[in-house]
Amino acid sequence: MGWPEFLFLLEGMKWTIALSAIGFAGGGIVGLAVALARTSGRPVLERATAAYVSVFQGTPLLMQLFVVYFGLALIGLDLAPWEAVAVGFTLHASAYLGDIWRGGIEAVPRGQSEAARALSLGYVSRMKDVILPQAFRVSLPATIGFLVQLIKGTSLASIVGFTELARAGNMVSNQIFKPLLVFGIVGAMYFALCWPLSLYGSWMERRLAAPSR
Amino acid sequence: MRRGSNGPAARGKRHVNYTLDFGPVVAGLPDLLKGCAGTLFLAISGMAIALVIGIVGVVLRDSPVRPLRWSVIAFVELIRNTPFLVQIYFVFFALPLVGLRLAPTPTAIIALGLNGGAYAIEIIRGGVQSIHKGQVEAGFALGLNKRDVFRFIVLRPALRAVYPSLTGQFVMLTLTTSIASAIAAYELTSVAKLIENESFRSFEVYGTITILYFLLSWLMMRAFGLVSRRYFSYPVK
Repeated sequence: MGWPEFLFLLEGMKWTIALSAIGFAGGGIVGLAVALARTSGRPVLERATAAYVSVFQGTPLLMQLFVVYFGLALIGLDLAPWEAVAVGFTLHASAYLGDIWRGGIEAVPRGQSEAARALSLGYVSRMKDVILPQAFRVSLPATIGFLVQLIKGTSLASIVGFTELARAGNMVSNQIFKPLLVFGIVGAMYFALCWPLSLYGSWMERRLAAPSR
Repeated sequence: MRRGSNGPAARGKRHVNYTLDFGPVVAGLPDLLKGCAGTLFLAISGMAIALVIGIVGVVLRDSPVRPLRWSVIAFVELIRNTPFLVQIYFVFFALPLVGLRLAPTPTAIIALGLNGGAYAIEIIRGGVQSIHKGQVEAGFALGLNKRDVFRFIVLRPALRAVYPSLTGQFVMLTLTTSIASAIAAYELTSVAKLIENESFRSFEVYGTITILYFLLSWLMMRAFGLVSRRYFSYPVK
Protein backbone atom coordinates (compact mmCIF):
# COMPACT_ATOMS: atom_id res chain seq x y z
CA MET A 1 0.00 0.00 0.00
CA GLY A 2 1.81 3.05 -1.24
CA TRP A 3 1.17 6.77 -1.31
CA PRO A 4 -0.82 6.83 -4.62
CA GLU A 5 -3.24 4.20 -3.31
CA PHE A 6 -3.77 6.19 -0.14
CA LEU A 7 -4.41 9.34 -2.15
CA PHE A 8 -6.94 7.41 -4.20
CA LEU A 9 -8.74 6.39 -0.99
CA LEU A 10 -8.73 10.02 0.14
CA GLU A 11 -10.26 10.95 -3.20
CA GLY A 12 -13.00 8.37 -2.51
CA MET A 13 -13.49 9.81 0.96
CA LYS A 14 -14.06 13.21 -0.63
CA TRP A 15 -16.95 11.72 -2.64
CA THR A 16 -18.32 10.04 0.49
CA ILE A 17 -18.38 13.40 2.26
CA ALA A 18 -19.89 15.16 -0.77
CA LEU A 19 -22.60 12.55 -1.19
CA SER A 20 -23.45 12.62 2.54
CA ALA A 21 -23.63 16.41 2.45
CA ILE A 22 -25.90 16.44 -0.61
CA GLY A 23 -28.14 13.73 0.83
CA PHE A 24 -28.34 15.47 4.19
CA ALA A 25 -29.06 18.91 2.72
CA GLY A 26 -31.57 17.66 0.16
CA GLY A 27 -33.10 15.28 2.68
CA GLY A 28 -33.30 18.12 5.18
CA ILE A 29 -35.34 20.32 2.84
CA VAL A 30 -37.70 17.57 1.71
CA GLY A 31 -37.73 16.11 5.23
CA LEU A 32 -38.93 19.41 6.67
CA ALA A 33 -41.83 19.35 4.23
CA VAL A 34 -42.55 15.74 5.23
CA ALA A 35 -42.48 16.61 8.94
CA LEU A 36 -44.77 19.61 8.44
CA ALA A 37 -47.21 17.60 6.32
CA ARG A 38 -47.16 14.80 8.89
CA THR A 39 -48.20 17.22 11.66
CA SER A 40 -50.48 19.40 9.54
CA GLY A 41 -53.72 18.05 10.99
CA ARG A 42 -55.02 17.20 7.49
CA PRO A 43 -55.81 13.48 7.38
CA VAL A 44 -54.96 13.05 3.69
CA LEU A 45 -51.54 14.69 4.00
CA GLU A 46 -50.80 12.91 7.27
CA ARG A 47 -51.67 9.50 5.90
CA ALA A 48 -49.75 10.04 2.66
CA THR A 49 -46.58 11.10 4.48
CA ALA A 50 -46.95 8.30 7.03
CA ALA A 51 -47.04 5.83 4.14
CA TYR A 52 -44.04 7.55 2.51
CA VAL A 53 -42.04 7.24 5.72
CA SER A 54 -42.98 3.61 6.36
CA VAL A 55 -42.02 2.60 2.82
CA PHE A 56 -38.52 4.00 3.29
CA GLN A 57 -38.20 2.60 6.81
CA GLY A 58 -39.49 -0.82 5.78
CA THR A 59 -37.23 -1.46 2.78
CA PRO A 60 -33.44 -1.77 2.49
CA LEU A 61 -31.52 1.35 1.48
CA LEU A 62 -29.81 -0.73 -1.20
CA MET A 63 -33.19 -1.46 -2.85
CA GLN A 64 -34.17 2.20 -2.66
CA LEU A 65 -30.98 3.10 -4.50
CA PHE A 66 -31.54 0.40 -7.13
CA VAL A 67 -35.17 1.39 -7.75
CA VAL A 68 -34.36 5.11 -7.97
CA TYR A 69 -31.31 4.44 -10.13
CA PHE A 70 -33.15 2.27 -12.65
CA GLY A 71 -36.47 4.09 -12.25
CA LEU A 72 -35.06 7.48 -13.20
CA ALA A 73 -33.53 6.02 -16.35
CA LEU A 74 -36.85 4.37 -17.09
CA ILE A 75 -38.80 7.62 -17.14
CA GLY A 76 -36.22 8.93 -19.62
CA LEU A 77 -34.05 11.04 -17.31
CA ASP A 78 -30.46 10.85 -18.50
CA LEU A 79 -28.62 11.29 -15.21
CA ALA A 80 -24.98 10.76 -14.29
CA PRO A 81 -24.46 8.10 -11.60
CA TRP A 82 -23.74 10.69 -8.90
CA GLU A 83 -26.96 12.56 -9.73
CA ALA A 84 -28.99 9.37 -9.50
CA VAL A 85 -27.52 8.31 -6.15
CA ALA A 86 -27.90 11.88 -4.86
CA VAL A 87 -31.63 11.67 -5.62
CA GLY A 88 -31.76 8.25 -3.90
CA PHE A 89 -30.07 9.48 -0.72
CA THR A 90 -32.17 12.66 -0.69
CA LEU A 91 -35.38 10.63 -0.72
CA HIS A 92 -34.03 8.18 1.88
CA ALA A 93 -32.89 10.97 4.18
CA SER A 94 -36.13 12.93 3.75
CA ALA A 95 -38.18 10.02 5.11
CA TYR A 96 -35.96 9.43 8.15
CA LEU A 97 -35.42 13.12 8.94
CA GLY A 98 -39.12 13.80 8.39
CA ASP A 99 -39.96 11.14 10.97
CA ILE A 100 -37.35 12.38 13.47
CA TRP A 101 -38.53 15.98 13.19
CA ARG A 102 -42.17 14.95 13.40
CA GLY A 103 -41.26 13.44 16.77
CA GLY A 104 -39.61 16.72 17.71
CA ILE A 105 -42.63 18.79 16.69
CA GLU A 106 -44.96 16.52 18.64
CA ALA A 107 -42.70 16.78 21.69
CA VAL A 108 -43.26 20.55 21.87
CA PRO A 109 -45.99 21.10 24.50
CA ARG A 110 -49.42 21.90 23.05
CA GLY A 111 -49.56 25.09 25.11
CA GLN A 112 -46.85 26.60 22.92
CA SER A 113 -48.92 26.19 19.80
CA GLU A 114 -52.09 27.35 21.56
CA ALA A 115 -50.34 30.42 22.96
CA ALA A 116 -49.01 31.30 19.51
CA ARG A 117 -52.53 30.98 18.14
CA ALA A 118 -53.90 33.14 20.93
CA LEU A 119 -51.36 35.79 19.95
CA SER A 120 -52.84 35.48 16.43
CA LEU A 121 -49.60 34.35 14.86
CA GLY A 122 -50.08 32.87 11.40
CA TYR A 123 -49.02 29.32 10.51
CA VAL A 124 -45.66 30.37 9.08
CA SER A 125 -44.68 32.51 12.01
CA ARG A 126 -46.04 29.98 14.51
CA MET A 127 -43.88 27.25 13.01
CA LYS A 128 -40.79 29.30 12.20
CA ASP A 129 -40.58 31.30 15.42
CA VAL A 130 -42.23 29.11 18.04
CA ILE A 131 -42.51 25.41 17.26
CA LEU A 132 -39.59 24.50 14.98
CA PRO A 133 -36.75 26.05 17.03
CA GLN A 134 -37.86 23.98 20.03
CA ALA A 135 -38.50 20.89 17.91
CA PHE A 136 -35.04 21.03 16.33
CA ARG A 137 -33.42 21.38 19.73
CA VAL A 138 -35.13 18.24 20.99
CA SER A 139 -34.37 16.24 17.87
CA LEU A 140 -30.74 17.30 17.46
CA PRO A 141 -29.21 14.08 18.93
CA ALA A 142 -31.40 11.87 16.73
CA THR A 143 -30.59 14.05 13.70
CA ILE A 144 -26.86 13.65 14.30
CA GLY A 145 -27.41 9.93 14.82
CA PHE A 146 -29.08 9.77 11.43
CA LEU A 147 -26.26 11.76 9.82
CA VAL A 148 -23.85 9.04 11.00
CA GLN A 149 -26.19 6.41 9.59
CA LEU A 150 -26.31 8.33 6.29
CA ILE A 151 -22.52 8.56 6.02
CA LYS A 152 -22.29 4.81 6.56
CA GLY A 153 -25.13 4.30 4.10
CA THR A 154 -23.31 6.12 1.31
CA SER A 155 -21.04 3.06 1.15
CA LEU A 156 -23.92 1.31 -0.64
CA ALA A 157 -23.56 3.73 -3.55
CA SER A 158 -20.51 1.63 -4.39
CA ILE A 159 -22.79 -1.31 -5.25
CA VAL A 160 -24.63 0.72 -7.91
CA GLY A 161 -21.27 1.75 -9.34
CA PHE A 162 -20.54 5.10 -7.73
CA THR A 163 -16.88 5.54 -6.81
CA GLU A 164 -16.78 6.64 -3.18
CA LEU A 165 -14.67 5.43 -0.28
CA ALA A 166 -15.91 1.81 -0.14
CA ARG A 167 -15.58 1.31 -3.90
CA ALA A 168 -12.19 3.01 -3.94
CA GLY A 169 -11.20 0.50 -1.25
CA ASN A 170 -12.49 -2.34 -3.38
CA MET A 171 -10.50 -1.14 -6.39
CA VAL A 172 -7.29 -0.71 -4.41
CA SER A 173 -7.79 -4.08 -2.74
CA ASN A 174 -8.18 -5.78 -6.12
CA GLN A 175 -5.02 -4.11 -7.29
CA ILE A 176 -2.60 -4.78 -4.43
CA PHE A 177 -4.17 -8.00 -3.05
CA LYS A 178 -4.11 -6.89 0.57
CA PRO A 179 -7.83 -6.79 1.35
CA LEU A 180 -7.48 -6.78 5.14
CA LEU A 181 -5.05 -3.86 5.16
CA VAL A 182 -7.11 -1.88 2.66
CA PHE A 183 -10.48 -2.48 4.32
CA GLY A 184 -8.88 -1.84 7.70
CA ILE A 185 -7.78 1.57 6.48
CA VAL A 186 -11.12 2.23 4.78
CA GLY A 187 -12.88 1.30 8.02
CA ALA A 188 -10.58 3.63 9.96
CA MET A 189 -11.41 6.47 7.56
CA TYR A 190 -15.15 5.96 8.03
CA PHE A 191 -14.54 5.77 11.77
CA ALA A 192 -12.67 9.08 11.65
CA LEU A 193 -15.69 10.65 9.94
CA CYS A 194 -18.40 9.12 12.12
CA TRP A 195 -16.97 8.81 15.61
CA PRO A 196 -16.63 12.56 16.36
CA LEU A 197 -20.23 13.01 15.21
CA SER A 198 -21.39 10.12 17.41
CA LEU A 199 -19.56 11.57 20.42
CA TYR A 200 -21.06 15.00 19.74
CA GLY A 201 -24.50 13.43 19.43
CA SER A 202 -24.33 11.58 22.74
CA TRP A 203 -22.85 14.64 24.46
CA MET A 204 -25.77 16.67 23.12
CA GLU A 205 -28.20 14.03 24.33
CA ARG A 206 -26.80 14.13 27.86
CA ARG A 207 -26.86 17.92 27.85
CA LEU A 208 -30.47 18.03 26.76
CA ALA A 209 -31.48 15.40 29.30
CA ALA A 210 -29.77 17.12 32.23
CA PRO A 211 -32.02 20.12 32.99
CA SER A 212 -35.25 18.15 32.83
CA ARG A 213 -34.26 15.95 35.76
CA MET B 1 -4.29 4.09 -11.11
CA ARG B 2 -7.64 4.38 -12.83
CA ARG B 3 -9.67 7.33 -11.65
CA GLY B 4 -13.24 6.74 -10.52
CA SER B 5 -15.76 7.93 -13.05
CA ASN B 6 -18.76 9.59 -11.48
CA GLY B 7 -19.22 12.38 -13.98
CA PRO B 8 -21.07 12.72 -17.27
CA ALA B 9 -18.47 10.51 -18.98
CA ALA B 10 -20.06 7.53 -17.23
CA ARG B 11 -23.48 8.17 -18.74
CA GLY B 12 -24.76 5.23 -20.67
CA LYS B 13 -27.40 4.86 -23.30
CA ARG B 14 -30.83 4.81 -21.74
CA HIS B 15 -34.07 3.44 -23.10
CA VAL B 16 -36.64 6.17 -23.41
CA ASN B 17 -39.41 4.08 -24.93
CA TYR B 18 -39.32 1.41 -22.27
CA THR B 19 -42.22 -0.95 -21.68
CA LEU B 20 -42.42 -2.75 -18.38
CA ASP B 21 -42.20 -6.53 -18.63
CA PHE B 22 -42.74 -8.55 -15.48
CA GLY B 23 -42.42 -11.87 -17.30
CA PRO B 24 -38.95 -12.73 -15.97
CA VAL B 25 -40.05 -11.74 -12.45
CA VAL B 26 -43.09 -14.01 -12.61
CA ALA B 27 -40.98 -16.85 -13.99
CA GLY B 28 -38.46 -16.33 -11.21
CA LEU B 29 -41.04 -16.05 -8.43
CA PRO B 30 -40.35 -19.51 -6.91
CA ASP B 31 -36.66 -18.60 -6.72
CA LEU B 32 -37.49 -15.21 -5.23
CA LEU B 33 -39.62 -16.84 -2.53
CA LYS B 34 -36.75 -19.19 -1.71
CA GLY B 35 -34.59 -16.08 -1.55
CA CYS B 36 -37.03 -14.64 1.00
CA ALA B 37 -36.52 -17.78 3.10
CA GLY B 38 -32.77 -17.27 2.75
CA THR B 39 -33.14 -13.67 3.93
CA LEU B 40 -35.21 -14.77 6.93
CA PHE B 41 -32.64 -17.44 7.76
CA LEU B 42 -29.81 -14.90 7.64
CA ALA B 43 -31.80 -12.41 9.69
CA ILE B 44 -32.93 -14.84 12.40
CA SER B 45 -29.49 -16.46 12.76
CA GLY B 46 -27.93 -13.01 12.91
CA MET B 47 -30.44 -11.92 15.57
CA ALA B 48 -29.73 -15.01 17.70
CA ILE B 49 -25.98 -14.29 17.65
CA ALA B 50 -26.66 -10.59 18.23
CA LEU B 51 -28.80 -11.35 21.28
CA VAL B 52 -26.11 -13.59 22.78
CA ILE B 53 -23.39 -11.01 22.08
CA GLY B 54 -25.67 -8.32 23.50
CA ILE B 55 -26.27 -10.13 26.80
CA VAL B 56 -22.68 -11.32 27.25
CA GLY B 57 -21.42 -7.89 26.21
CA VAL B 58 -23.57 -6.14 28.80
CA VAL B 59 -22.19 -8.42 31.54
CA LEU B 60 -18.59 -7.84 30.39
CA ARG B 61 -19.19 -4.11 29.96
CA ASP B 62 -19.60 -3.80 33.74
CA SER B 63 -17.00 -6.39 34.71
CA PRO B 64 -14.35 -5.37 37.23
CA VAL B 65 -11.60 -6.31 34.76
CA ARG B 66 -10.65 -3.11 32.98
CA PRO B 67 -9.32 -4.58 29.67
CA LEU B 68 -12.58 -6.49 29.26
CA ARG B 69 -14.62 -3.35 29.80
CA TRP B 70 -12.50 -1.39 27.37
CA SER B 71 -12.60 -4.01 24.66
CA VAL B 72 -16.42 -4.13 24.81
CA ILE B 73 -16.55 -0.32 24.49
CA ALA B 74 -14.07 -0.38 21.60
CA PHE B 75 -16.04 -3.14 19.84
CA VAL B 76 -19.31 -1.22 20.14
CA GLU B 77 -17.82 2.06 18.93
CA LEU B 78 -15.96 0.43 16.04
CA ILE B 79 -19.03 -1.39 14.75
CA ARG B 80 -21.40 1.52 15.20
CA ASN B 81 -19.18 3.98 13.36
CA THR B 82 -18.24 1.97 10.27
CA PRO B 83 -20.47 0.80 7.40
CA PHE B 84 -21.76 -2.76 7.40
CA LEU B 85 -20.45 -3.18 3.86
CA VAL B 86 -16.87 -2.61 5.05
CA GLN B 87 -17.46 -4.91 8.03
CA ILE B 88 -18.72 -7.76 5.89
CA TYR B 89 -15.75 -7.41 3.50
CA PHE B 90 -13.41 -7.37 6.46
CA VAL B 91 -14.95 -10.50 8.02
CA PHE B 92 -14.99 -12.17 4.59
CA PHE B 93 -11.24 -11.70 4.18
CA ALA B 94 -10.29 -12.07 7.86
CA LEU B 95 -11.93 -15.43 8.61
CA PRO B 96 -9.68 -17.45 6.24
CA LEU B 97 -6.64 -15.89 7.91
CA VAL B 98 -7.66 -17.29 11.29
CA GLY B 99 -8.16 -20.69 9.65
CA LEU B 100 -11.94 -20.55 9.15
CA ARG B 101 -12.83 -21.34 5.56
CA LEU B 102 -16.56 -20.73 5.43
CA ALA B 103 -19.06 -20.36 2.62
CA PRO B 104 -20.44 -16.84 2.00
CA THR B 105 -23.71 -17.50 3.85
CA PRO B 106 -22.18 -18.47 7.23
CA THR B 107 -19.72 -15.61 6.79
CA ALA B 108 -22.62 -13.21 6.32
CA ILE B 109 -24.34 -14.61 9.43
CA ILE B 110 -21.21 -13.97 11.51
CA ALA B 111 -20.91 -10.42 10.17
CA LEU B 112 -24.62 -9.75 10.82
CA GLY B 113 -24.33 -11.20 14.33
CA LEU B 114 -21.33 -9.01 15.16
CA ASN B 115 -23.01 -5.91 13.75
CA GLY B 116 -26.33 -6.55 15.49
CA GLY B 117 -24.50 -7.52 18.67
CA ALA B 118 -22.85 -4.12 19.03
CA TYR B 119 -26.21 -2.36 18.76
CA ALA B 120 -27.80 -4.92 21.10
CA ILE B 121 -25.15 -4.22 23.77
CA GLU B 122 -25.98 -0.52 23.70
CA ILE B 123 -29.73 -1.10 23.79
CA ILE B 124 -29.78 -3.82 26.48
CA ARG B 125 -27.37 -1.79 28.62
CA GLY B 126 -29.90 1.02 28.62
CA GLY B 127 -32.49 -1.43 29.94
CA VAL B 128 -30.20 -2.85 32.62
CA GLN B 129 -29.42 0.65 33.83
CA SER B 130 -33.12 1.33 34.21
CA ILE B 131 -33.44 -1.45 36.82
CA HIS B 132 -33.61 0.05 40.28
CA LYS B 133 -30.86 -0.97 42.70
CA GLY B 134 -33.44 -1.77 45.34
CA GLN B 135 -34.80 -4.54 43.10
CA VAL B 136 -31.45 -6.31 43.07
CA GLU B 137 -31.02 -5.88 46.82
CA ALA B 138 -34.51 -7.22 47.39
CA GLY B 139 -33.62 -10.23 45.24
CA PHE B 140 -30.55 -11.01 47.34
CA ALA B 141 -32.55 -10.44 50.52
CA LEU B 142 -35.02 -13.08 49.34
CA GLY B 143 -32.11 -15.51 49.08
CA LEU B 144 -31.74 -15.69 45.30
CA ASN B 145 -28.24 -16.40 44.07
CA LYS B 146 -26.31 -14.09 41.78
CA ARG B 147 -27.28 -15.95 38.62
CA ASP B 148 -30.99 -15.94 39.39
CA VAL B 149 -30.91 -12.29 40.38
CA PHE B 150 -29.37 -11.48 37.02
CA ARG B 151 -31.76 -13.68 35.08
CA PHE B 152 -35.07 -12.82 36.72
CA ILE B 153 -34.58 -9.43 38.30
CA VAL B 154 -32.18 -7.69 35.94
CA LEU B 155 -32.23 -9.28 32.51
CA ARG B 156 -35.88 -10.12 31.96
CA PRO B 157 -37.34 -6.76 33.01
CA ALA B 158 -34.48 -5.04 31.17
CA LEU B 159 -35.29 -6.92 27.98
CA ARG B 160 -38.94 -6.05 28.40
CA ALA B 161 -38.09 -2.38 28.86
CA VAL B 162 -36.00 -2.24 25.70
CA TYR B 163 -38.10 -4.69 23.68
CA PRO B 164 -39.46 -2.08 21.23
CA SER B 165 -36.05 -0.58 20.41
CA LEU B 166 -34.34 -3.98 20.34
CA THR B 167 -36.87 -5.46 17.91
CA GLY B 168 -36.78 -2.25 15.87
CA GLN B 169 -33.04 -2.78 15.57
CA PHE B 170 -33.66 -6.40 14.57
CA VAL B 171 -36.00 -5.31 11.77
CA MET B 172 -33.20 -2.99 10.60
CA LEU B 173 -30.88 -6.00 10.72
CA THR B 174 -33.31 -7.87 8.45
CA LEU B 175 -33.09 -5.03 5.92
CA THR B 176 -29.31 -4.97 6.30
CA THR B 177 -29.12 -8.60 5.10
CA SER B 178 -29.51 -7.26 1.54
CA ILE B 179 -25.91 -6.02 1.80
CA ALA B 180 -24.80 -9.66 2.22
CA SER B 181 -25.35 -9.90 -1.55
CA ALA B 182 -21.99 -8.10 -1.86
CA ILE B 183 -20.27 -11.37 -0.87
CA ALA B 184 -22.89 -13.47 -2.71
CA ALA B 185 -24.50 -14.98 0.37
CA TYR B 186 -27.77 -16.77 -0.36
CA GLU B 187 -30.57 -14.28 0.17
CA LEU B 188 -33.20 -12.28 -1.72
CA THR B 189 -30.98 -9.60 -3.27
CA SER B 190 -28.50 -12.18 -4.59
CA VAL B 191 -31.35 -14.15 -6.18
CA ALA B 192 -32.68 -10.92 -7.70
CA LYS B 193 -29.25 -10.11 -9.11
CA LEU B 194 -29.15 -13.48 -10.88
CA ILE B 195 -32.56 -12.89 -12.44
CA GLU B 196 -31.55 -9.36 -13.43
CA ASN B 197 -28.35 -10.59 -15.06
CA GLU B 198 -30.30 -13.00 -17.21
CA SER B 199 -33.21 -10.73 -18.13
CA PHE B 200 -31.87 -7.13 -17.84
CA ARG B 201 -35.25 -6.22 -16.32
CA SER B 202 -33.57 -4.29 -13.51
CA PHE B 203 -36.40 -2.01 -12.50
CA GLU B 204 -39.04 -4.75 -12.50
CA VAL B 205 -36.85 -7.16 -10.51
CA TYR B 206 -35.70 -4.67 -7.88
CA GLY B 207 -39.12 -3.04 -7.66
CA THR B 208 -40.67 -6.41 -6.92
CA ILE B 209 -38.17 -7.44 -4.28
CA THR B 210 -38.49 -4.03 -2.64
CA ILE B 211 -42.15 -4.94 -2.08
CA LEU B 212 -41.09 -8.37 -0.79
CA TYR B 213 -38.70 -6.73 1.69
CA PHE B 214 -41.47 -4.43 2.81
CA LEU B 215 -43.73 -7.43 3.45
CA LEU B 216 -40.91 -9.27 5.27
CA SER B 217 -40.21 -6.37 7.61
CA TRP B 218 -43.93 -5.90 8.23
CA LEU B 219 -44.37 -9.61 9.04
CA MET B 220 -41.38 -9.45 11.35
CA MET B 221 -42.85 -6.54 13.26
CA ARG B 222 -46.15 -8.38 13.64
CA ALA B 223 -44.31 -11.49 14.85
CA PHE B 224 -42.37 -9.45 17.42
CA GLY B 225 -45.65 -7.97 18.59
CA LEU B 226 -47.09 -11.46 19.16
CA VAL B 227 -43.96 -12.63 21.03
CA SER B 228 -44.15 -9.58 23.25
CA ARG B 229 -47.76 -10.33 24.18
CA ARG B 230 -46.95 -13.96 25.03
CA TYR B 231 -43.64 -13.60 26.79
CA PHE B 232 -43.92 -10.23 28.49
CA SER B 233 -47.56 -10.30 29.51
CA TYR B 234 -46.98 -10.51 33.25
CA PRO B 235 -48.16 -7.44 35.16
CA VAL B 236 -45.78 -4.51 35.49
CA LYS B 237 -46.62 -3.50 39.05
